[in-house]
Amino acid sequence: MVNLPPPGVLLALVGLVLLFIRSPQLRKAIILISPLIVLATIWSIPDNTVSLGTHFLFWDLVPVRMDPLGRLFATIFSLMAFAGGLFALRQKRVSELSAAFVYAGGAIGVALAGDLITVFIFWELMAIASTVVIWSAVTPESYKASIRYLMLHLLGGVILMAGIIGHVVEHGDIAFQSMSPDSWSHILILVGFLINAGAPPFSSWLSDAYPEASYTGTVFLSAFTTKTAVYVLIRGFPGTEILIYLGLFMVFYGIVYALLENDMRRILVYSIINQVGFMVVGIGIGTEMALNGAAAHAFAHIIYKGLLLMSAGAVLYRTNERKCSNLGGLFQSMPLTTICGTIGALAISSFPFTSGFVSKSMIATAAAEQHLAFVWYLLAAASAGVFLHAGIKFPWFVFFQKDSGMRPKDPPWNMSAAMVLFAALCIGIGCYPDPLYALLPYATNYVPYTVPHVVNMLQLLLFAGLAFFLLLPWMKRTLTITLDLDWLYRRLFPRVWVVGSAAFIVYQQRVSAFTELMVYRTIMSLKRIHGGKGLLSRNVSTNSASIGALVLLCVWLVSFYK
Amino acid sequence: MENPEQLHWLVRPKTIRLLWIILITVLVIVTLLDLLIHAHPHFGLDGTFGFFSWFGFATCVAMVFGAKGLGMVLKRKDTYYNG
Repeated sequence: MVNLPPPGVLLALVGLVLLFIRSPQLRKAIILISPLIVLATIWSIPDNTVSLGTHFLFWDLVPVRMDPLGRLFATIFSLMAFAGGLFALRQKRVSELSAAFVYAGGAIGVALAGDLITVFIFWELMAIASTVVIWSAVTPESYKASIRYLMLHLLGGVILMAGIIGHVVEHGDIAFQSMSPDSWSHILILVGFLINAGAPPFSSWLSDAYPEASYTGTVFLSAFTTKTAVYVLIRGFPGTEILIYLGLFMVFYGIVYALLENDMRRILVYSIINQVGFMVVGIGIGTEMALNGAAAHAFAHIIYKGLLLMSAGAVLYRTNERKCSNLGGLFQSMPLTTICGTIGALAISSFPFTSGFVSKSMIATAAAEQHLAFVWYLLAAASAGVFLHAGIKFPWFVFFQKDSGMRPKDPPWNMSAAMVLFAALCIGIGCYPDPLYALLPYATNYVPYTVPHVVNMLQLLLFAGLAFFLLLPWMKRTLTITLDLDWLYRRLFPRVWVVGSAAFIVYQQRVSAFTELMVYRTIMSLKRIHGGKGLLSRNVSTNSASIGALVLLCVWLVSFYK
Repeated sequence: MENPEQLHWLVRPKTIRLLWIILITVLVIVTLLDLLIHAHPHFGLDGTFGFFSWFGFATCVAMVFGAKGLGMVLKRKDTYYNG
């Protein structure tokens, strides 16, 4: 294994090779096998390995630095590439799968990168590859959304690069270690990371771009960008207090926007921001328990969010319909999708015996241990809110509620298999969390299953459920979207540009008309004075001239007479 | 109105009534379990009886109406950006 390229590069190369393979059978085989080979490679590299790569300018790059945190994220990213590949096996647009593998390779590259320059290179690779994934839906909306997405991520990349350069100038070192936002360069790095995490004020790119991808594309998109951001925040800025407040904002932003949303995939994308908010709070708390919780929750989240978006993708694939107001009653003909989607919904709500229960509770426990009362209360309220906006709302409006009359079948075997795999993992991790705990960056003896914990969680969730069904008349789906800060660059700036340029043209016309008038008047007055019979060009008689001279001389004499 | 017998068993009015009864029974039971377990409250409020029950319910109601209020200001037709 020594001679293989770094795991991230390997997967990205496979992605590029996919483009040139004509035989569908061979392509399918490569899609299924290569993520597993990458996973094996990741596990074949022992902890604390630091592999030196190429020399760049004055520095030796470190493409692979293996430690438990990096291994955890690289593992889940390659698992996601496998399950996503299985789900998308019949996707006819090879460019999407190819880009998705390059994208996953970029994410693994970031997770294993030992220096900031390598982080940046893979960071940008992800931005470009994920744009291609969105593009591959080949609709006018997806094209426009992907350009907005790319612009924002390139902006984030520039901010990150400026921060990295500043860091290198200040410290003369490129190693990627924990930092604190104590200088401009570190603040810029933090901002660059946070843009990819979907933190305010840059949250809207997620709900703008992700739901425009194809039925398979969104599954890949949900996993990598925000979770690599969580990874770099755990690595780079643990215990940075402002992250607690940003995270809490994201948690409630996600809930409120998802409650108002009608597009089933946009509901799930808002809940990505909500879930990443929990992780960001954990990173802000910064204790070993909190960081373990953030890492474990990221791992669990990729699986159940992938599962939720697979079930939504299956519905979209069969019905070509995204709006909750047009869906409903699908449980009758799509039982497997309904069951898998519901398992994902229970896991995101951290129902006991699902993966969310064993991961998210570590963050709340850490808040309690640090005596952060308001954080703990808000996280408890948010946990109830997750059940409300994703746990019940998604399955209820898509699979139950009214009967839409549609009777689509469950999806083809490969899509079903991917859903069953992830559903099994959601329950498996929930019932037997020890293997996940063993992967965490810090040793833990956390025990999730105590009687009070299980009972309290059931109380919280079941009463949230009661609230949902009692308030159902107020939750009717409407054909609406909810404005976000992307209104600035999607509506205000273009309007200002149109109105401003029109005003400029009018102004320019007025200025030129005024100038013309002034030039005309000057010429006319010159003509009046100097022209044919003008005052200064008339012939004057000798008498008049001598009288004039005489008058002037007299005036002079009188003025200077003393 | 459709004949209830033709509906899927899960959406018949009878089943829905039964599901409500089960839900309310379970809600009462899990809340009463508070009497049996000895939780260790971290702060003040979470020591009150049935804390997670009433807190979960109250915060959800607040979030739904909070969202509703925000929606009145920020909701637009879903073709808003297409025009």
